[in-house]
Amino acid sequence: MNALEIENLSKNYGSLQALIEVDLTVAEGAFFALLGPNGAGKSTLINILAGLTRATSGTAVILGHDVRKEWRQARYKLGVVPQELAYDPFFTVREMLVLQSGYFGFGAGNRDWLEELLEALGLTDKADTTMNHLSGGMKRRVLIAQALVHRPPVVILDEPTAGVDVALREQLWRFIRSLNRKGHTIILTTHYLEEAESMCGEIAILDRGRLVANAAKDVLLSRYRWRQLRLQLLPESCLELPPELALKQEEAPAGELLLRLHREQDHIGEVLAALEGAGVKFSDLKIHEPGLTEVYSELTGGGENND
Amino acid sequence: MTNYYGFYTLLAREIWRFLKVSIQTILTPVITVLLYLLIFSSVISNSRQMLPGIDYLTFLIPGLIVMAMLQNAFANSSSSLFQSRLNGNVIFVLLAPISDFEIYAAFVGAAIVRGALVGAGVWLAACSFSLVPVKHPLYALAFTLFCTSSLGALGLVSAIIADKWDHISAFQNFVIVPFSFLSGVFFSIQDLPPFWERASHFNPFFYFVDGFRYSCLGVSEIEVGTSLKVSLIFFLISSAWALWLLWRGYNLRS
Repeated sequence: MNALEIENLSKNYGSLQALIEVDLTVAEGAFFALLGPNGAGKSTLINILAGLTRATSGTAVILGHDVRKEWRQARYKLGVVPQELAYDPFFTVREMLVLQSGYFGFGAGNRDWLEELLEALGLTDKADTTMNHLSGGMKRRVLIAQALVHRPPVVILDEPTAGVDVALREQLWRFIRSLNRKGHTIILTTHYLEEAESMCGEIAILDRGRLVANAAKDVLLSRYRWRQLRLQLLPESCLELPPELALKQEEAPAGELLLRLHREQDHIGEVLAALEGAGVKFSDLKIHEPGLTEVYSELTGGGENND
Repeated sequence: MTNYYGFYTLLAREIWRFLKVSIQTILTPVITVLLYLLIFSSVISNSRQMLPGIDYLTFLIPGLIVMAMLQNAFANSSSSLFQSRLNGNVIFVLLAPISDFEIYAAFVGAAIVRGALVGAGVWLAACSFSLVPVKHPLYALAFTLFCTSSLGALGLVSAIIADKWDHISAFQNFVIVPFSFLSGVFFSIQDLPPFWERASHFNPFFYFVDGFRYSCLGVSEIEVGTSLKVSLIFFLISSAWALWLLWRGYNLRS
């Protein structure tokens, strides 16, 4: 069974089309990244899954349960870590978890799991502190704990590391990885593309409401056909390139040469031989293989992923 | 399938919330009402018969109890839900498998509890001025439930519709307070000019006050059965309004 099955999903806000006929499937146990620039429709999609937004048309199914027709069962299967640092100022961390667990129908029998969550997320010392006395990073951890009180098989993390320092970010990723290893399906949105690239096996990209990519990470990365060759030139180097290489030259700082090479058609050995033949002399070279940033920029027209 | 434990937890959370600030939510309204009692009983002659055999102080106390109950029931649900909306933490309830009706029932249930606690506090404190009996406890219970649940539902309505605290305050100060002051709490509507006496019959709070007064004293301005029916209808209308807004997801789900 798939963790998520989204078919022909659209959402209109008046004349604005926030989502346009999105089809998406996420396998159970996947570590899945949902990327896209501001206004791409990521939050709308997450909100539809979470029951916070109603789709205009189409269906969304979480582990076999339609989010509209079987909304209760669908919500039991889903844990959502919202992007905003929302909290209830009246209650302590432990009280918040007890309440959230209760909303999902779990009573005193779930207390051991709540204590485990506090421990795993480094919140034990702060368990009896009210939320408004916690730092931003601590509040983020509480949000993650709240999303997990009912042990949901599918977890959506909407920008979980936004505004979080490096050390805490790594700690959170370790925890999220461990969840994935235990069988939870993780769906992640982040504006740190390098995080998505290093963590996720499957990547989908939304742009202006449309799904523009949905593939395994390796497949997606292989679609980008270019890599860069950067040379540190020696003072005596010739600066004139033969015509076939001049076509591949890109703008670079003084003392450097930058070539954009086709990954399959331009063989590095042949390019270096041609450069040597042209009298180009260099002290160092670097090859930059394309990453998610390049693929993302190409698919979204260079839009920044900074929401 | 009903999420009974989810409903119970939300109800407990709502009660827990106001008990955490009980000086503000219970004690203050009781003191405020006692001040009303002190002032009105000082300036208006107690020998005046408001209803057959009923002096002013005895007439006043049941009305003040209802006024306190309905104002606090409204304040509880409106402030709690609106603050949750502003803070964003309402999302934790909306993400949970709790139905619109369960949300309504939990918020209204907490409003009933707070209203009843404040009402009981006022009654106990007012007994030091004049011992007010409860001649018809079942009627007292019914009117307590109708007035607190209706105002709890209206509190939900205002919290859902409002975009800022100013709107909640306007609803409270331009609707709830005037209607409660003009509902026969401080006077008999029979003492009003004919136009205002007739107008009072369109004020649903009048039926809460008069019915509760009957529950305590055994006398009222209109027949208690009429008050009960109007209270029931007002409860159904205010509840239907709140449930409809929750069902639509107005300002809660897009």
